[in-house]
Amino acid sequence: MTGTTIQRMIAAGLLAFKRNAWLSTATVMVFGLTLFVLGNLVFVGAIANTALHSLESKIDISVYFNQDASEAQILAVRRDLDALPDIRETVYISREDALARFRDQHKDDALIASALTELGDNPLQASIMIRAHDPMRYGAISEALAKKNYLGVSKINYSENQAVINRLASIASTVRGSGAVLALFLAFIAGLVAFNTIRLAIYTMREEIGIMRLVGATAWFIRGPFLISGFLYGIVAAVAVTAVFFPLAWLISPKITLLVPDFNLFAYFLTNLLQFFTIMSVTGVVLGVGSSYLAMRRYLAI
Amino acid sequence: MIFFDNISKIYNHASVALRNITLRIEPKEFVSVVGSSGSGKTTLLKLLIREEDPTEGSIFLDGMEVSAVAHRDLHHVRRRIGTVFQDYKLLPTKTAAENVAFAMEAAGRGDAEIEEDVPQVLELVGLYDKMDNFPHELSGGVKQRVAIARALVNRPEVILADEPTGNLDPVNTWEIIKLLQKINGLGTTVMLATHDKEVINAIDKRVIVLDKGEVISDKERGKYLV
Repeated sequence: MTGTTIQRMIAAGLLAFKRNAWLSTATVMVFGLTLFVLGNLVFVGAIANTALHSLESKIDISVYFNQDASEAQILAVRRDLDALPDIRETVYISREDALARFRDQHKDDALIASALTELGDNPLQASIMIRAHDPMRYGAISEALAKKNYLGVSKINYSENQAVINRLASIASTVRGSGAVLALFLAFIAGLVAFNTIRLAIYTMREEIGIMRLVGATAWFIRGPFLISGFLYGIVAAVAVTAVFFPLAWLISPKITLLVPDFNLFAYFLTNLLQFFTIMSVTGVVLGVGSSYLAMRRYLAI
Repeated sequence: MIFFDNISKIYNHASVALRNITLRIEPKEFVSVVGSSGSGKTTLLKLLIREEDPTEGSIFLDGMEVSAVAHRDLHHVRRRIGTVFQDYKLLPTKTAAENVAFAMEAAGRGDAEIEEDVPQVLELVGLYDKMDNFPHELSGGVKQRVAIARALVNRPEVILADEPTGNLDPVNTWEIIKLLQKINGLGTTVMLATHDKEVINAIDKRVIVLDKGEVISDKERGKYLV
């Protein structure tokens, strides 16, 4: 296929797009709606990931020791833990350090201060705080610690944060799932609209098609303009949706930051603009060209 | 050489359009295919350009078995055959020159070639001065000449003309017939399907008479007497 032939196919595709201007616009709008939902899914995914990571970074396991456990016993357990590949770091908090932290945290509370004075002895336990490389491994680490049955260990506190994380992950997964279903449904509608638009374009261009066949045009020369039209539906919708997301991300960004402080939506959008546009355009083009191809197979006799 | 080898065309297993047709048409021949409506003239032409597939038999064009060519390769066959119809089949949004150029564009010809050939072929059919006119600005006879120019521009070996004078008055009819004879004189095989006795008798070339899908007469030179 020569460059001139491709140029002619593009020109004929643009003409087919222009001839059914209203229908083409409606098709682009339905494509745009589908891509808009898809774009929102991308952002919801990013927000949920940031929120999850933020919570995951706060999770830890603390191993508490009996008050009569010697420092040598505790440090032996710590050495043992440091050798485990899943563990990133361990922090030893002696009874004295724990008390100092407690006093510092409640320095403004006279009641707690007087209670501690009345107790006389340090009521707090020494502990080892454990951080893992992968937050998902905390459950396994907690179980492994319990099985080792270390001498002097009083309890292992697998942080309550895990329940919150699990709930957030579940919400994020539900939102992603429903969004994906909605996007798929809209993609189906968009495909159907494009299919019918191309069908109408084939009908409008039936005289040209008939003449092209008679004078010996190749199948691809005849099909080309309709594939170009399908491509245009996708790419125009992708450009429009990306353009709409600029002001939208800028407006919503401060509100999202209030909910998830570590996430700046607008900055995320700008950083990932190329990737975002690629997702939008590839999805739009696949949908447009695919629908055109199916319509041609059904209605375009070569 | 065109060879219809024992061709039959039956629609829906019941309606016989052509039955056991065997014909041989030599290069540069001018052949008139005549018969009343429904005799199978148009079907015969459609089989040659593979608008229809034969139910039985084979069709050859210079050794190429047209009836066996894959659909994706049909353009090779159709570029060797120019077609002219009673209703002209011109695109109303294109000028005469653009209609002719469209055939070259569809056949993948380059711009330079198109610029050179379109005026030449329009001159051949006597329409050099009408090249910028749209079809609605042209008379029936002129439209048909544009259609002939379009059929000719890709230099086909064969011109198929299906009732090309059906919509024309006697003066324009003779203009078109003279043009087809001129094209034949330049070395192109012409197959003319018509039911106009006067036209056939005046041409005085080979006449194949079809009736109810069968060849009932095939004379090298002759009059249409049926």
